[in-house]
Amino acid sequence: MKRPLLSTALVLGGAIGLFLFFNTLQGCRPNTSQASAVKGDAAAKTYVKPGSYDEFYNFVSGGFSGQLSVYGLPSGRMLRNIPVFSEDPQSGYGFSEETKPMLMTTHGYIPWDDSHHPELSQTDGVPDGKWCFINGNNTPRIALIDLGTFRTKSIIEIPNCAGNHSSPFTTGNSEYVVSGTRFSIPMGTDAQRDVPIETYRENFKGTVSFIHPDPESGKMSIAFQIITPGMNFDLSHAGKGPSEGWFFFSCYNSEQAFSLLEVNASQHDKDYVMALNWKKAEQYAKEGKGKKVPAKYYSNWYNEETHTAESTVLEEVLQLDPRELKDLIYFMPCPKSPHGCDVDPTGRYIVGSGKLAALIPVFDFEKIQKAIAANDLEGDFMGVPVLKYESVLHGEVKKPGLGPLHTEFDGKGNAYTSMFVSSEIVKWNIERLEVLDRVPTYYSIGHLSIPGGDSKAPWGKYVVAYNKITKDRFLPTGPELAQSAQLYSIDGDKMELLLDFPTIGEPHYAQSIPADLVRPREVKFFDINKNMHPYVSRGEKETGIERKGNEVHIKMTTIRSHLTPDNIEGIRIGDVVYFHVTNLEQDWDVPHGFAIKGARNAELLIMPGETCTFKWVPDQVGIVPFYCTDFCSALHQEMQGYIRVSPAGSNVKLTAETRSFDAGS
Amino acid sequence: MNTSRWPITTTLFVALTTLAACGGGAPANPSATQEGTPDASSGNATAKPGLITAADLTLGDINKDMAAKGETTYDVKCQACHSRGGNRVVGPGWKGLTTRREPAWIMNMIMNVDVMLADDPEAQKLLEECLVRMPNQNLTKDEARELLEFMRTL
Repeated sequence: MKRPLLSTALVLGGAIGLFLFFNTLQGCRPNTSQASAVKGDAAAKTYVKPGSYDEFYNFVSGGFSGQLSVYGLPSGRMLRNIPVFSEDPQSGYGFSEETKPMLMTTHGYIPWDDSHHPELSQTDGVPDGKWCFINGNNTPRIALIDLGTFRTKSIIEIPNCAGNHSSPFTTGNSEYVVSGTRFSIPMGTDAQRDVPIETYRENFKGTVSFIHPDPESGKMSIAFQIITPGMNFDLSHAGKGPSEGWFFFSCYNSEQAFSLLEVNASQHDKDYVMALNWKKAEQYAKEGKGKKVPAKYYSNWYNEETHTAESTVLEEVLQLDPRELKDLIYFMPCPKSPHGCDVDPTGRYIVGSGKLAALIPVFDFEKIQKAIAANDLEGDFMGVPVLKYESVLHGEVKKPGLGPLHTEFDGKGNAYTSMFVSSEIVKWNIERLEVLDRVPTYYSIGHLSIPGGDSKAPWGKYVVAYNKITKDRFLPTGPELAQSAQLYSIDGDKMELLLDFPTIGEPHYAQSIPADLVRPREVKFFDINKNMHPYVSRGEKETGIERKGNEVHIKMTTIRSHLTPDNIEGIRIGDVVYFHVTNLEQDWDVPHGFAIKGARNAELLIMPGETCTFKWVPDQVGIVPFYCTDFCSALHQEMQGYIRVSPAGSNVKLTAETRSFDAGS
Repeated sequence: MNTSRWPITTTLFVALTTLAACGGGAPANPSATQEGTPDASSGNATAKPGLITAADLTLGDINKDMAAKGETTYDVKCQACHSRGGNRVVGPGWKGLTTRREPAWIMNMIMNVDVMLADDPEAQKLLEECLVRMPNQNLTKDEARELLEFMRTL
């Protein structure tokens, strides 16, 4: 089933065809011709028959939804949307008393963020299926999601950071995940921070922070923070193999512009990739060579024993200043406004993607080490040594396409780079720097992702394009469209488009991992005998009601299909009522929901063996129903109760009952 | 928490009369209903673990320690649906249950309820009556055995 395609002509036409293709993209608009490169057997390659499972989990950023969505590959079926930085009325995340602390920051409770880059935890440089990290770009945070529960386990706020974009990339054993500030800012006391914007060069600084997740608990803390010249940090990746112990960050705005960056930060032919020796930084930190500075930030952690999140407010951070501590960071010139910063599986090559450059520079770690040893510098930038471009360069991929953004690897010596402006994926050989293949994407690809594609040992098989523009790819849904991803086979010499699938929010980056590495960790329910929630009811015997001033606490249980107690009286206007609901079920996939008429709150969705708390401030006198929202059995519609609300000051006796024809004991 | 501060007064109330009148409406093949639990390891058809047989169980005089442990499990995981008396709440009351049902059948209903509801005519008859699939409360074999011992005291 072949159609005459612009894209096919492109491949045949090589470099000349490329320019013709660019001509069709004039005026900043993607080419929306209904081109398709799908071959006849694509359906068979993505079909996962009913009752069967996908080969890979695909963790996709929810972008400005603030969440992390999970898909199966190759089917593109959506499996779950995990609440991370944003409230989720479906699960009660951010609405239940237990989860509210997860979203606490020094600015107070924040119900939203802009999440960008999922990064799977690693062991020996390979994703291990234990955790997935994701950054919050707007109010700088990093979240850790437990892949046993598919729930957010901890969130740390990053002080002295403004726009946590260059994050949360991991070291080879997840000793650290990093945060690099997108926007440099003045730091320190109020007086030091209250300065004219035009004093950028003098007062604005960048930071990169190394966050340590505790291997057992998943609690996160900031190990150290490195001060850098004022610039914008974009993306980063850890070294591996020979470059283990180093971290590479792309930096743009070496012009240090603070207004109309579109023009003013695009003046220099080259910006930088920053090479950072994190082993050295770790050593300096250990030797007490850093400086502890006041910095308030939150570290939130979900305690699985109490089913309750806890917030810890931290007061200081350990800072390292490379102007005083030698051999910590080096700049490598990189054309032009680099975005992606990707390290190949061998750890020798670092690919900078200058999004405004018509080439892709590849740096050689061996040459970087030689240049450092020989002090082969072309100068310094704000006191930081700048290595000579030619001395650290493996070579350049010439005319790969327009707008190179990100690169991933197949583990067979090939790199795949996304081209935003020319809307395509370009495959090239790392050693030879030769373009081998190109396929169009629909439209304007941002990140791309290969299973394990930023690790030491990629699983390969597919590359997924995460596109910035959807246009006409799906049935139209008014002005706002679903975001779009596209799956390509990379098994053969030529990439092959297999499938389009819609995503939530802007998908940004994503990572995939064989399902077999995740599935054995799955938690199916919580053991009720290990539930240490202070208001747990281990059985209906422990349910009841208690008044503490105007606070009323109700301990309630759910099981198919009744709530105990289900007749509550003695509540008065002015009371604040807490329902502590324990789900007594001990089997997989039997959650119960809980909702109250008129509550200015979402529902609770309580997993088997879990206790969740619903806060309710009654505002009208009368009988108010509550019920289970999640169809649980043939008698789900009977799973309900009544609560009587009396006027303030009334003396109706406080009772909580379940009236059965048999007490059961 | 002091349970005396958490009084639940449970009064007799004929609330489940509608339930009693609903027998016979169950689907012919309970394993194919949407509440069925597919086997997690294969993702395909339900696998059938070995059921407990009479030969697996030895019943002597009632062991009070085991019965006491069984009662603790009952309070947490069973009481919400099963009374100690003879009447049904959600599922059957337990009074005299061990004289009506074989011990192995009871153990299998506790531990292998999905298989029982798929294959066992008596279990299917109960579902038609109660209309709520008995939950698998994920008891260990020891816990189930203790529960059986507790049932024998009723």
